[in-house]
Amino acid sequence: MLSEAGLPVVEATSFVSPKWVPQMADHAEVLKGIQKFPGINYPVLTPNFKGYQAAVAAGAKEVAIFGAASELFTRKNINCSIDESLQRFDEILKAAQAASIPVRGYVSCVLGCPYEGKISPAKVAEVAKKLYSMGCYEISLGDTIGVGTPGIMRDMLSAVMHEVPVAALAVHCHDTYGQALANTLMALQMGVSVVDSSVAGLGGCPYAQGASGNLATEDLVYMLTGLGVHTGVNLQKLLEAGAFICQALNRKTSSKVAQATCKL
Amino acid sequence: MGNVPSAVKHCLSYQQLLREHLWIGDSVAGALDPAQESSQLSGLPEYVKIVEVGPRDGLQNEKVIVPTDKKIEFINQLSQTGLSVIEVTSFVSSRWIPQMADHTEVMKGIRQYPGIRYPVLTPNLQGFHRAVAAGATEISVFGAASESFSKKNINCSIEESMERFEEVVKSARHMNIPARGYVSCALGCPCEGSVTPQKVTEVSKRLYGMGCYEISLGDTIGVGTPGSMKKLLESVMKEIPPRALAVHCHDTYGQALANILTALQMGINVVDSAVSGLGGCPYAKGASGNVATEDLIYMLNGLGLNTGVNLYKVMEAGDFICKAVNKTTNSKVAQASFSA
Repeated sequence: MLSEAGLPVVEATSFVSPKWVPQMADHAEVLKGIQKFPGINYPVLTPNFKGYQAAVAAGAKEVAIFGAASELFTRKNINCSIDESLQRFDEILKAAQAASIPVRGYVSCVLGCPYEGKISPAKVAEVAKKLYSMGCYEISLGDTIGVGTPGIMRDMLSAVMHEVPVAALAVHCHDTYGQALANTLMALQMGVSVVDSSVAGLGGCPYAQGASGNLATEDLVYMLTGLGVHTGVNLQKLLEAGAFICQALNRKTSSKVAQATCKL
Repeated sequence: MGNVPSAVKHCLSYQQLLREHLWIGDSVAGALDPAQESSQLSGLPEYVKIVEVGPRDGLQNEKVIVPTDKKIEFINQLSQTGLSVIEVTSFVSSRWIPQMADHTEVMKGIRQYPGIRYPVLTPNLQGFHRAVAAGATEISVFGAASESFSKKNINCSIEESMERFEEVVKSARHMNIPARGYVSCALGCPCEGSVTPQKVTEVSKRLYGMGCYEISLGDTIGVGTPGSMKKLLESVMKEIPPRALAVHCHDTYGQALANILTALQMGINVVDSAVSGLGGCPYAKGASGNVATEDLIYMLNGLGLNTGVNLYKVMEAGDFICKAVNKTTNSKVAQASFSA
């Protein structure tokens, strides 16, 4: 349904151990089972080389790896330093390059960390630069806990844009504090033209129970359409996909556009 | 995103995170942490006046009728947050808006703190006289940029409504009572669809010309986006100085904060909001209404802008009123903070 809505990139699944993320246990079946529309990319997360190999075997044509701008977050999450975590991805990048598989790099905690608090823009720029020079074609800068506000977004992007060309940057804003769209607008004003979002604003926040998570794709598309920015996305079909997955999850949508339009 | 385990231990509690690291907590007028200055965007106003419309615009769109004493308690709590303007009630016929039937008792019952303004809506001369008799020292009048909306809402044309408001504003000026003007449907109308910036400018100019000290431009159904906000303000600012303008954004389509940011970037420094994002939308059942004051303050604090408002105290008032109307908050900041 998401493919039919005109989205050019749909992150399909994560080749992570089901011990960590049970929801993604069926990664191979999902990737093999989906209809791959021409012109649409279906990247998958590959947290380690084993995951990468499994992804390729399942037909993956694009993969994603991730670092964090916070040492403490990295240590708590995967029990190593940022540098060590990036070294682990070396193997993946070499193999992906040999197989002509593009790799996207994520940087989490770019506007704040649940452990360290404030994160310096210089640190974000350092990690982004490393991922970019390792061979990632695009770096997605994630406000993982949604604490950022437009000024902080601007400071962070200013620092990163000294090291990575803006055309290779994306923003991934969480809406935990309702700031996602304002932060995304700031990023657009600075020249960023790739934005991550999740239909229906799926996903909560593991750090604040009950809080919301991703920016809702419907609300993002609404804003971009109003701004006259071309996305190629059909909002109506997107709303249908959102309604479908909310029903499957037995939850209400987090998208305000969906809330407003469904009842009219 | 990423490989986040489902159980996370040992991270900072959210209250700690917000207080110590992210510029939230008591905001002291004029005292900006030098470390915050770097996060200030250039071209933004230094101070933003928040006009709290929860007790009026918020409650009037809530189904549950809040008892008078709770309304009074709510407003008294808001008075202690640092907010400088709190819209108390509306002197409208209870036939139209049952929630505002106790306007006189509420106006008389609240504690009016020095330095805080307590405007009330007065749709006509009768309402104005009642408001003054009840102790009101500031009033608001409500126009629309759409003929169909005007006819549907107040049963008369825009021109007729302006004539009515002239009477009210004239009487107010005689008594040295400031009058604020609202223009609804500034970015779109539930009946007509799109509304031209020129029409909004015309109505705004009329209200400003008759003596309203400030014009609040309302995106009544929340359909605006930063592009339409920019076009609107470019038009209105040709006729009315930015210091006399305010924006009143509804969050029906999640666009409110992005629209407000745009307005701030254009020099507007008065923003209306409602604690907890009170009030739904009478035109889209189930949809949200006003932008939440908490989420607005969060953004303004992060931008290093001075508001004089204490976010925690606002969240407490929000918690109080949500219990009174028996609903969960529409503020994302409150959702994230209270459930931590």
